[in-house]
Amino acid sequence: MIGGLFIYNHKGEVLISRVYRDDIGYVQWEGSIRSSSSYLSPPSPPRRNAVDAFRVNVIHARQQVRSPVTNIARTSFFHVKRSNIWLAAVTKQNVNAAMVFEFLYKMCDVMSAYFGKISEENIKNNFVLIYELLDEILDFGYPQNSETGALKTFITQQGIKGQTKEEQSQITSQVTGQIGWRREGIKYRRNELFLDVLESVNLLMSPQGQVLSAHVSGRVVMKSYLSGMPECKFGMNDKIVIDKAGKGGTTDEAVKSGKQSIAIDDCTFHQCVRLSKFDSERSISFIPPDGEYELMRYRTTKDIILPFRVIPLVREVGRTKLEVKVVIKSNFKPSLLAQKIEVRIPTPLNTSGVQVICMKGKAKYKASENAIVWKIKRMAGMKESQISAEIELLPTNDKKKWARPPISMNFEVPFAPSGLKVRYLKVFESKLNYSDHDVIKWVRYIGRSGIYETRC
Amino acid sequence: MTDSKYFTTTKKGEIFELKAELNSDKKEKKKEAVKKVIASMTVGKDVSALFPDVVNCMQTDNLELKKLVYLYLMNYAKSQPDMAIMAVNTFVKDCEDPNPLIRALAVRTMGCIRVDKITEYLCEPLRKCLKDEDPYVRKTAAVCVAKLHDINAQLVEDQGFLDTLKDLISDSNPMVVANAVAALSEIAESHPNSNLLDLNPQSINKLLTALNECTEWGQIFILDCLANYTPRDDRESQSICERVTPRLSHANSAVVLSAVKVLMKFMEMLPKDLDYYGTLLKKLAPPLVTLLSAEPELQYVALRNINLIVQKRPEILKHEMKVFFVKYNDPIYVKLEKLDIMIRLASQANIAQVLAELKEYATEVDVDFVRKAVRAIGRCAIKVEQSAERCVSTLLDLIQTKVNYVVQEAIVVIKDIFRKYPNKYESVIATLCENLDSLDEPEARAAMIWIVGEYAERIDNADELLESFLEGFHDESTQVQLQLLTAIVKLFLKKPTETQELVQQVLSLATQDSDNPDLRDRGYIYWRLLSTDPVAAKEVVLAEKPLISEETDLIEPTLLEELICHIGTLASVYHKPPSAFVEGSRGVQHKRIPIQSSESQDTGGAPGATEAPAAVIPSQGDLLGDLLNLDLTPPTSTAGAPPGPPMPMGGMDLLGGGLDSLVGGGGSLLTPLSLLWLPAMKGKGLEIMGTFARRAGVIQMEMTLTNKAMSVMTDFAIQFNRNSFGLAPAGPLQVPTPLSPNQTIDVSLPLNNGGPVMKMEPLNNLQVAVKNNIDVFYFSCQYPISMLFVEDGKMDRQVFLATWKDIPNENEAQFQINDCHLNSDAASNKLQGSNVFTIAKRTVEGQDMLYQSMKLTNGICVLTELRVQTGSPTYTVSDRHTHALWVMIPARAGV
Repeated sequence: MIGGLFIYNHKGEVLISRVYRDDIGYVQWEGSIRSSSSYLSPPSPPRRNAVDAFRVNVIHARQQVRSPVTNIARTSFFHVKRSNIWLAAVTKQNVNAAMVFEFLYKMCDVMSAYFGKISEENIKNNFVLIYELLDEILDFGYPQNSETGALKTFITQQGIKGQTKEEQSQITSQVTGQIGWRREGIKYRRNELFLDVLESVNLLMSPQGQVLSAHVSGRVVMKSYLSGMPECKFGMNDKIVIDKAGKGGTTDEAVKSGKQSIAIDDCTFHQCVRLSKFDSERSISFIPPDGEYELMRYRTTKDIILPFRVIPLVREVGRTKLEVKVVIKSNFKPSLLAQKIEVRIPTPLNTSGVQVICMKGKAKYKASENAIVWKIKRMAGMKESQISAEIELLPTNDKKKWARPPISMNFEVPFAPSGLKVRYLKVFESKLNYSDHDVIKWVRYIGRSGIYETRC
Repeated sequence: MTDSKYFTTTKKGEIFELKAELNSDKKEKKKEAVKKVIASMTVGKDVSALFPDVVNCMQTDNLELKKLVYLYLMNYAKSQPDMAIMAVNTFVKDCEDPNPLIRALAVRTMGCIRVDKITEYLCEPLRKCLKDEDPYVRKTAAVCVAKLHDINAQLVEDQGFLDTLKDLISDSNPMVVANAVAALSEIAESHPNSNLLDLNPQSINKLLTALNECTEWGQIFILDCLANYTPRDDRESQSICERVTPRLSHANSAVVLSAVKVLMKFMEMLPKDLDYYGTLLKKLAPPLVTLLSAEPELQYVALRNINLIVQKRPEILKHEMKVFFVKYNDPIYVKLEKLDIMIRLASQANIAQVLAELKEYATEVDVDFVRKAVRAIGRCAIKVEQSAERCVSTLLDLIQTKVNYVVQEAIVVIKDIFRKYPNKYESVIATLCENLDSLDEPEARAAMIWIVGEYAERIDNADELLESFLEGFHDESTQVQLQLLTAIVKLFLKKPTETQELVQQVLSLATQDSDNPDLRDRGYIYWRLLSTDPVAAKEVVLAEKPLISEETDLIEPTLLEELICHIGTLASVYHKPPSAFVEGSRGVQHKRIPIQSSESQDTGGAPGATEAPAAVIPSQGDLLGDLLNLDLTPPTSTAGAPPGPPMPMGGMDLLGGGLDSLVGGGGSLLTPLSLLWLPAMKGKGLEIMGTFARRAGVIQMEMTLTNKAMSVMTDFAIQFNRNSFGLAPAGPLQVPTPLSPNQTIDVSLPLNNGGPVMKMEPLNNLQVAVKNNIDVFYFSCQYPISMLFVEDGKMDRQVFLATWKDIPNENEAQFQINDCHLNSDAASNKLQGSNVFTIAKRTVEGQDMLYQSMKLTNGICVLTELRVQTGSPTYTVSDRHTHALWVMIPARAGV
């Protein structure tokens, strides 16, 4: 299991170090590393060797990181980076690597939930809290309950003196219980829930307009403000469910909506969802955590609505000039508006000057990013816009051709490009006196560009 | 108020100031001071001097302060064990606290204080906590058993904690179950045969129930444990699979991968014609694809695993090629892995798409990635015959880009395509020749020269081309020189009239002006061949070449099977078995996929664990037999004993066959005799003679390698199988390659005993694999046990006496050596040379008693009493070995 966990700043200085197992202390390392400055500093406990080994071999390595897992002298280092903070888990055993990374991400989530952005300052300001958290969520290197909802009930930096016996046992039963993500006794005057269907649509298109790959990865994020321990059931226009209902011939609604049903390639759920029930009946039932959380993730590849089409035209005029013309077409209902549209047209490294003309929005050549960035605030459906640019090039004797990175696009649209529709979200709470009808429900669809690229 | 200020102070009298603050009466000031101490500890300052002061702050009802003090304790208790005892009382008291959070905190922290003395005090509180009414305390106590086991395994067994832990598997709380499973799995790893987990249909059922209810991490522990189970029959296998498949929809990728592991393993037991088998196959693909939308680090882990899964069961993902297309912004490690999988999935159906992609990649920025993409095009050509033509034209396009490394890489792979499809694409040679000048990497130059030589008859100016290389012959790397030599000889055989001069030039360059034996030898062979029998030369040099294989980089099947059992773990990321990167006994056991069998009773529900003991403790008979086979030949003989009759060899004679130089030798045999380990017949021409010796405290494996084949041998490497004393090469095999035909060299390989341990039969058996460019060869040999005796095996008299008494009588054995004509002093001297030390000598009733000690590399001590009857050629030996006492040491040897 995980032998130790270190947090470094960008310089490689240790901000947090928590060692769970003795074995990781003694990292023997190669001669070349011995010149590092740590040898000049006074002798320190042996386990610092592991700390130093990671700094020298990964953080200070000249080469770009070639793998998130590094093995130095039979010690394995897993790392993730958040802005310029490095989190590294260290082990000498054959651990579950996927689990270690999942844990590191979780650790970041928990820290963010407690003190916001993960930055050097925030970590230094909260180091006592971080140690307390690390003590709780990782025991002898084994991850323990790390749901922020549960943690916040007893890791508060306030001490737990004032708790009554009931409160204490409530905490422990929640941390270890079957529903570790929700505490009992939650009360709201107004029972309300918000559902956000957030999709990111990914596209890779050839210059000729052929779809090389396209998929939507979506998330259903729920904010719930519900009293008690409500039992929820979530339904969407999942093809498998609708076809099943259609076969039974119960309602003609099924037939009607059958047209709009979508084929979901795969989906994963928050741990509150009863997976065996989904597996057998394909119904999504759960007791939600309080507040905001991600209910499910899904992926679709069939019948995706591609909100924009990019048509590039690049012509090389001699060795010192490029002519670029890019047309974008919006492809959705005219009544809807897309927002935050940005088209990024890469330019060669030896660009000396750019002249742009665009019909709509603003376009600018950004030398530092080697790209022309064209921004449009809003655009309705079934419209078309165009940009043309002349790029002057410095003559070079570099034989290597310009790699022509793809043209990428960003946007936000108020519908789900996968076609997913929420059919219902029912709430049952038998012990309290509110019913499904009393709950105020909100649904919102947002489609964003993921990696939306057209080769040119 | 922020905490960051604690990081800033670096004044001189800091420790004193802190000391004062820690002893302050004000609670707040105390807490501040402890925070400062922790901050200093974090940045690596030594604050151990404050130990007593910090421990004094422990008795507080402020939980935050308490946790900080505990943190300090965990870090420094080991360096101050005596003072750590001071903390024990508080712990014991806290374990009785009415607040379950405090009880748990106390038992959790106590387990982290790795001081032997404390562990004794830990037992009682731990026992209570394991049966605590609060599940939070129980789940913490479960992990604490694993902690304690790591410090003192014997104590855990003696105190019966293992049984309590087993009981917790039936606990009503799912998290307690999960932690108990995790703890038991870890303990079981160091006791492979203990059957600790005792997995049977009932306990499996309990685990599967808990699986639905516990946290995501708990699900991982349980799934990883389930993967070690071997179902009794296909029905059980199917029912477990059915209950595991819902996990594939979990948001946590590690849960998904662990579920995949269980399914991949248990699937093997299902009959292939079963409907469910097909269903399961279909169910596996979507979650694997979904893993690719995780964060890049997890994608990397997933891709490394998918690489294995695709090799084991290509049918699962054969339609999912597109998801492995590289995205422009993928980190390089993800890109390279995706590329690998793309090639594995390439088939006639999708080759067009794949090629279009690969062509795109070949224009990217990262040099490694581009090279790999170009190479991938070549591999596609070799793998999918129908696509070869398209691949070749793609490669030609890439050559036109004139990007130096792309051109070179392309030429290397085109050479392979020529070899796979002879006489098909030679029309492109002209294009290749145009790029001759830009090639600066040896591999590309060699490939180009090979092409020119191979197709010399179709290239009009082949002689000119080759001649141009010849100018800088001595500056070329060996690879190029060898290739050039062969190519020119080929050219000569094809066009003898015009190229006589050229061939003479290259032959003289190779044979007279070169100091590379390899090159020289090859030159001479050609020269002789050409001068004696040109027809034979033609047959040899222009012989038809064997076709190259399609998949050269597949993982070897047994390793693949083992790695499938390790899906999700580091082993699957490194593509190496755990023993290759895990020290000590952990993970040494090999895992196997259960095999579907019609008579499924034979597995008997035994856990998947195999029988590899943690550290080999020689059994009584073994050790004796072997010790007595002592080879005492290395030391110089000072004994002036007259040569005696040859002594009979027996399994049980002291210092057995090896003593023959002592007994019968007039000091003539100074070096241990080399034995034939690998006959040339078995080694495809490689013959290995070898022996072992201990020189200056280092065990050496001395080998004489002879190349009896017709071709040169290069790229030697050596590996040992796991063996009784963990012998392993201390460095790579240093063979000054290439080894030319009929060349003989002596190599000496230093060994250490840091390798993995497995008991061998006989004990001193060593299985060796030697690899060269031709093949891998296996042989086994036996080393003299005396080689393992270390130089510091001499015991103090008192210690010897005490130890001798302590060793139980069962560990004693007696035997006799006959026909030994040495007096006791001579024998003693002689043995000393082999690190058998005489501690004491006494004479009783005309018998000389020698008390001797020796120590093996793994820490086992052997004490002997040698009784020499003056004037009689018979020695009697009583031998006590201490393994019962010393077993604990080898496990942690090397400290």
